[in-house]
Amino acid sequence: MSNLLDVKDLRIEFPAPAGRLAVPVDGVSLTLARGETLALVGESGSGKSLTALALLRLVPPPGRIAPGSRILLDGEDLLSLDPARLRAVRGGRIGIVFQDATTSLNPTLTVGSQLTETIRAHRKASRGEARERAIALLNEVGIPEPAVRFAAYPHELSGGLRQRALIAISLAGEPDLLIADEPTTALDVTIQAQILELLDRLRVSRGMAVLLIAHDLGLVAGRADRVAVMYAGQIVEEAATARLFRSPAHPYTQALFRSIPRIDTPVERLSPIGGGVPSPDAWPAACRFHPRCDQVLPRCSIETPPVVPLAPGEAVRCWLAVREKR
Amino acid sequence: MVGGSPPAYRARRPGRLTPVSRWLFRRLLQAALTFAAAVVLLFFLMRLAPGDPLSRLAGDRAISEQELEFLRRRFGLNQPLVTQFRAFLGGIAQGDLGVSIEHYPEKVTSLLASRLPATLLLGGTVLLLNFIVGVWLGVTQAVRRGSRFDRWMTRLALAGYATPSFWLGLVLVAFVSLRWHLLPAAQMTDPLLPLDASPWTRAVDVLRHLALPALTLSLTSIAIMMRHQRAAMLSVFRLDYVSAARARGLTERRVLWRHAWRNTLAPMITLLGLWLPILVSGSIFVEAIFNWPGLGSLANDAIAARDYPVLLGTAMLVSGAVVLAGLLADVGYTIADPRVRQE
Amino acid sequence: MIGSLAGLLRRAWRHPSGRIGTAILLILVLTAVIGPAFLADPVVMPDVVAGATPPSAAHPLGTDHLNRDVLSRVVNGARVSLTVAALAVLLALTAGAAVGLIAGYFGGWIDALLMRVVDAALAIPRLFVLLLLLVVWERIPLYALVLVLGTTGWFATSRLVRGEVLRLKQEPFVTAAIAIGTGSWRMITRHLLPNAAGPVLVAATLGVGDVILLESGLSFLGLGIQPPTPSWGGMVLDARPLLLSAPWTAIFPGAAIVVTVLAVNLVGDALSAALDPRSA
Repeated sequence: MSNLLDVKDLRIEFPAPAGRLAVPVDGVSLTLARGETLALVGESGSGKSLTALALLRLVPPPGRIAPGSRILLDGEDLLSLDPARLRAVRGGRIGIVFQDATTSLNPTLTVGSQLTETIRAHRKASRGEARERAIALLNEVGIPEPAVRFAAYPHELSGGLRQRALIAISLAGEPDLLIADEPTTALDVTIQAQILELLDRLRVSRGMAVLLIAHDLGLVAGRADRVAVMYAGQIVEEAATARLFRSPAHPYTQALFRSIPRIDTPVERLSPIGGGVPSPDAWPAACRFHPRCDQVLPRCSIETPPVVPLAPGEAVRCWLAVREKR
Repeated sequence: MVGGSPPAYRARRPGRLTPVSRWLFRRLLQAALTFAAAVVLLFFLMRLAPGDPLSRLAGDRAISEQELEFLRRRFGLNQPLVTQFRAFLGGIAQGDLGVSIEHYPEKVTSLLASRLPATLLLGGTVLLLNFIVGVWLGVTQAVRRGSRFDRWMTRLALAGYATPSFWLGLVLVAFVSLRWHLLPAAQMTDPLLPLDASPWTRAVDVLRHLALPALTLSLTSIAIMMRHQRAAMLSVFRLDYVSAARARGLTERRVLWRHAWRNTLAPMITLLGLWLPILVSGSIFVEAIFNWPGLGSLANDAIAARDYPVLLGTAMLVSGAVVLAGLLADVGYTIADPRVRQE
Repeated sequence: MIGSLAGLLRRAWRHPSGRIGTAILLILVLTAVIGPAFLADPVVMPDVVAGATPPSAAHPLGTDHLNRDVLSRVVNGARVSLTVAALAVLLALTAGAAVGLIAGYFGGWIDALLMRVVDAALAIPRLFVLLLLLVVWERIPLYALVLVLGTTGWFATSRLVRGEVLRLKQEPFVTAAIAIGTGSWRMITRHLLPNAAGPVLVAATLGVGDVILLESGLSFLGLGIQPPTPSWGGMVLDARPLLLSAPWTAIFPGAAIVVTVLAVNLVGDALSAALDPRSA
């Protein structure tokens, strides 16, 4: 079965001071099948949000997607689309829900008008039809009294409702793939669960694939089929969720798990990962995690570790895996 | 998109309208107070400035001592200042701003009324020009930020702003009117126009006379509009909802105008309050050079003749307009930005 | 204060517009200061017969209707205009900063009263007031011109400074200073004033441009710098009847105004960009 989304060697460059180049996304490859949920997890600065933006060719200038990158949607090369076709894909095939609904909604337009303009951008519909469709969407995302909320301005809605409205707008074009970029980070904990459940429900009812971007591993459990862990612009481990949680292969992933406070086991001290996230214009040599790795080997700082496949759809970028395989 | 919500929704937020109307009331009161204070300032400013208007008058024409004395009493110039002020206030209450000294016995109010339309025409045209062209240029500059177009537009606009309006007016008159005979050099209408000329011909005639003064004023002040628009667009571009709109597949034009530009309207409207005083200052020079029969030239003449009642009346009118413009700008800002309404 | 100002100036220097503006201004000031020593006396005996002559080797910018050297008059005019503008702005700045600081710091009824007065004054167009005040004299002495220009120009600055003070009052360092018992005078001079210096400097440079435009306009109306002292506005006034026959008499003084105000505005621009880099 061919994949819905196929990303190969995605590389995003930004000019840096003194003529250098910053490469916040460096050789990212991922695949997504229809109806599947892939979680892209990483700290801030890992490049995960940029990766998502790249799929819609929304990398903010002066950044650019380097030649040699390939992004295929159902076999169609997204990087060579003409503007009209690109517009059709944006929102029509790939939808995106941004992190902060407060800033992602135009404050001078009502929620309803932002919905209807999106609907009408992707299909022929009269004003009345678009309005009906919009109200149906608001209902679908669980907004009470959708007809009333239709005429409301974003600032008149509570945080949770705003996020739901944002999700509704992202669905307005009936996309096959939904990117959720940290959809709950800006919300209260109680609302977070609701939103994630909503996304789940929508995924099932619409048969969408979901690319869930998060920095919190806990969010991901039970909600994603597969997880890709990102560090310093690269994917360092990719696995089925259950396997990742059971036995993470990459030292970074292991450290991430260790740093999560748990309720079920006694914890005396939190164990953060020492050091800090490196800067995109000065990635460490060879393995990018080696300065902070607690299992570092001598060759980690000399040779770049290869991507080692562990099982179908699972891989890890680490020298330790090579040793073990042998 | 100035919509209200259906009553059911409104009921959920019981105090939603009242804060706005309360604010409006306070703002109106503030404007009225400011205007009143300005009028008082003006009155005392004029009366306290030494110099006798009547002595000027006597120097220009042959007036007997008796007539001078009569005029002096007529204008209350021999009364103590406080009495004059009380008389002045009394007059205002009846809508009477007194009588002109220079053009005795014409009433100040009728003089103002006769000159106001010309200034409104000139000012309105310049405002329209500056807004339309200024907005378009500013937005284009923002879209093409850093390009040669952007840089050169900024330079030209700055150069225009640095140009004195009286000088530019003269240069334009010299070349466009006097040398190339393309447009008339002075006044608002052609005195030689036949009496039975059609309204269309009259209109065109006025437009031809309007062209150079409006162009002069516009070129020297459009920089303000352009820079504000450019800056506002650049700050909006950075905002998330602009790229969010793009991410939904909307056309670039839609994103630019309906999402980005729309959100610059609010700060642009506040410009209105700032811009009027500049227009007034500029029009004094321009109306003088082009002999445009408006309030600016009226003020010019009144100053030379020390015609205090007319001066006071004109200054009051203009100050009132400035205060009104500021008020309208604030109200417009509130309408344009729904978020502000909530406060 | 020196530290933050130096930083501001350094950042402003990075802008090409700032450099060009400063360069032009320096040349202008230098010319105005030492130029007159090398040039013909602008107040020579008027020669109506010879009248205006076009630019030549002897007179690089030609002569005006009284056969006076235009270049010399323009340079001398620069001296007068720049001095008047600088002094007037200094006066306006001092008054405006003082009022703004007091209003912002003390607040309450002092603030309300002061700001009401400022609002009323701002409603009256500056040119009106200037004309009103200046028409009193038969021959306006230079000090009167400076005084009048200065006293009509402080209102906007006071609002600006007041705004900055209000903003600064929210800053933690102000609360800290109050907590250790800093007196009013010290608060104002050591803490508030230096931090408000940035926007004030920008307003000052732009103010100089405005004053030059105003002064030249007033001189054009005969109410500014009095002849025979050369002034750019006055030169344009004299050139009015000669517009077509001797255009150089009007073009050069006008161009001088444009170049000067442009230079000042460029510097002000660079300064304001240094203050708030995002609007560049």
